[in-house]
Amino acid sequence: MSDGELIGSYIVPVHPHTVLAPEQNEGWGRLREAYDTAAQRIKESGADLLIIYSTTWPSIIGHQIIADPNPEWVMVDHDFHELGSIPYSFNIDEKFAHAWNQANEKRGLKSRTVAYHGFPIDVGSVVALKLLNPDNAIPAVIVSSNVYANRAETTVLSKACMDVVKATGRKAIAITAMSLSNRMFTKPIEPKDDRIHSLKDDEWNRKILELLGEGRLEDVGQLSRTIHRQIRVNKVVAFKPMWWLSGMNSNRNNLTGEVLAYEALHGAGGAVVHLDPTPSGAGDIEYDEDDVEYFAGERNVLDGAQSENQEIESLSVESPLEVPQKNGPALWEPTESKDSVNSEAAPKPVGAYPHARRVGDLLYLSGVGPRQPGTNAIPGGPIHDADGKPLNYDIKAQTQAVVDNITRILEEAGGTINDVLDVTSFLVDMDRDFQGYNEVWAETLGQVGPTRTTLAIRALPTPIAVEMKVIAKAPKTE
Amino acid sequence: MSKGEIVAGCLAPHPPHLVYAENPPQNEPIAEGGWEQLRWGYERLRESLADVEYDAIVLLSPHWQTYVGTHFLGLPKFKNLSVDPVFPNLFRYHYDLDIDVELAQQIHDRAADAGLAVTMMKNPDFRVDYGAITTGHMFNPAWDKPLVVISSNRSRDYYSVEVMQEMMIELGRVTREAILASGKKVVVIASNSLSHRHFTTESAIPEDMSKEHITSHAMHLWDMRMIEYFRTGQAQRILDEMPEFTEQAIAESDGGGLSWLLSTLDVPTYPGILHGYGTIIGTGNAIVEWPARNHKEASE
Repeated sequence: MSDGELIGSYIVPVHPHTVLAPEQNEGWGRLREAYDTAAQRIKESGADLLIIYSTTWPSIIGHQIIADPNPEWVMVDHDFHELGSIPYSFNIDEKFAHAWNQANEKRGLKSRTVAYHGFPIDVGSVVALKLLNPDNAIPAVIVSSNVYANRAETTVLSKACMDVVKATGRKAIAITAMSLSNRMFTKPIEPKDDRIHSLKDDEWNRKILELLGEGRLEDVGQLSRTIHRQIRVNKVVAFKPMWWLSGMNSNRNNLTGEVLAYEALHGAGGAVVHLDPTPSGAGDIEYDEDDVEYFAGERNVLDGAQSENQEIESLSVESPLEVPQKNGPALWEPTESKDSVNSEAAPKPVGAYPHARRVGDLLYLSGVGPRQPGTNAIPGGPIHDADGKPLNYDIKAQTQAVVDNITRILEEAGGTINDVLDVTSFLVDMDRDFQGYNEVWAETLGQVGPTRTTLAIRALPTPIAVEMKVIAKAPKTE
Repeated sequence: MSKGEIVAGCLAPHPPHLVYAENPPQNEPIAEGGWEQLRWGYERLRESLADVEYDAIVLLSPHWQTYVGTHFLGLPKFKNLSVDPVFPNLFRYHYDLDIDVELAQQIHDRAADAGLAVTMMKNPDFRVDYGAITTGHMFNPAWDKPLVVISSNRSRDYYSVEVMQEMMIELGRVTREAILASGKKVVVIASNSLSHRHFTTESAIPEDMSKEHITSHAMHLWDMRMIEYFRTGQAQRILDEMPEFTEQAIAESDGGGLSWLLSTLDVPTYPGILHGYGTIIGTGNAIVEWPARNHKEASE
């Protein structure tokens, strides 16, 4: 099976006017026509999966993914109930939903699937699916927008999704159901009187659309917090969809964008935008934050004594990932010798030794832990703080990070993870961690088939729970 | 027609965990208990009102969130399945509730006359929010009293806590006037938590009470401060401190319910009765009754 890929992205508005009343206002009608154009393009694209991130489905316990293969009900908007009801019956790819859920957990996210009769599919998802996939020909998945999620978490969510897209060979379309400016008129208005709520909102909307029209999605992602402060009503769900959509597109900034329509919906900014992955050559990526692969943050981002900027501050630091300088020994540059193999992509040693050493046909790796190169962060969290106070941690995330570090060192030597022959694993808490460690092993190195010995030890030099000592086949040299 | 009366005002929170823990026949999931302190608090509230005659319940729910003014359920009956979009594993409740449309219309009309943006919700397919259902069940599991259900106008999101409160105090004033003019005896309920910072994880057994506590000391201090005002009849101080409380405790008073309730009760100077306090997935929840029937002189 060939690798799956994202073959397109769309940004679409959430309010029900485009479904229930497009004839009542010319702008609503133009949005509906743009929706229909998008639907036709999706139909002709050969897409076999629609992935919707909806801002009108807030969640608290991580992210939720619809996994009911055929959710059916009647949706009535909380505000615009006078426009009528929208009966729905959707075609959901439950297998993909479950796989995404598992991929989320592998990357340290809280996540769960939802498959309950009568579950209320949110207005944004209902509108998007009714108009983009009117005959239900393409299976879909829907994910919620977590109210507490920061940029790192939202980005990792997209990466987990793409893990599954690639692994399952899908040709997927990513869709964000969202408003641009979301300030509506606070009183009923006549349809003919609809307009963007304020000139300032309109100007920001047009700037966002200018960037999107140039395919500069990542630039919009980087402006998300500014956009939220400038033109977003302070609801709990921040302007996160651009983080997710940019992550789905590998944070690219050179897509081919086209704004199909931009109109007011009771004062809010509604737009239909198509982003094609064909490079436009428009902009360069200047990714402004750590490219997080695993989410290890506990999300107590709000505390009573903290300011409203706390979430923003916490986003840029990723503090839970970092090992305080005094929480562990000093780091060393890996030693160099004729046969040594050292990688910039692996964490620095805690003593004078190389990452690996080649001897004949074999490659001997120094003990590999889960610390991340560059940040020294520990996916899944450290096992204790700088004062030695025990902390809760995720052994599965740590184990996965160890395997990833091993992979990086082997790749530096010109090999792959498939070259691993023998592993000695060290766990600091066998009773607590063996099961989780073993699960990740089964999904990773267990698929390769090396011999293995697992030992319980009292401690490791850094606040980690697992380390592996590896012997691998050495790639043939020229 | 005799003069209407507010017999009691209640702060009665709506986390669906309370219904889940109780295992009523209407709810699909089954629990092993949990959150007993709050459920017993609801028992005490019900017992307190067991011998009090009243005709209707007027309830403001923060989970019917409206941005275009304040809305009122406007049909005599709503019957459907309510599934909590956040905790669907806990709450899938088959409801069948009666609406006092006449009283709803009377409050609506007075609010409109006062310049508030209001709408009667008359779409029969509308699904009543789980907050209204949870509080409705916990307060009156027999469902033998008609309700007036009022949406939460999110003016706090659009403007500020101060503007929200100004609007909710006005809505409370006209609610009170409409009830007194209606000739009916009514219980008014604000369905909201106090501090409202959730845990972002859920234990494998949701009702595992060993995992339940307030999210932070700061939240606890704010909750206790508010409860002390409840218990000592200092409603005006609650209103005065509402902006700080709402912002610093991320309180669910942002939905306007508590401000509306205190205004509807004419800002009581008599003590409220604390029937229970407890945390639910980290949020602070108090069940409080202001026995207005015993303090008629206070607002004559």
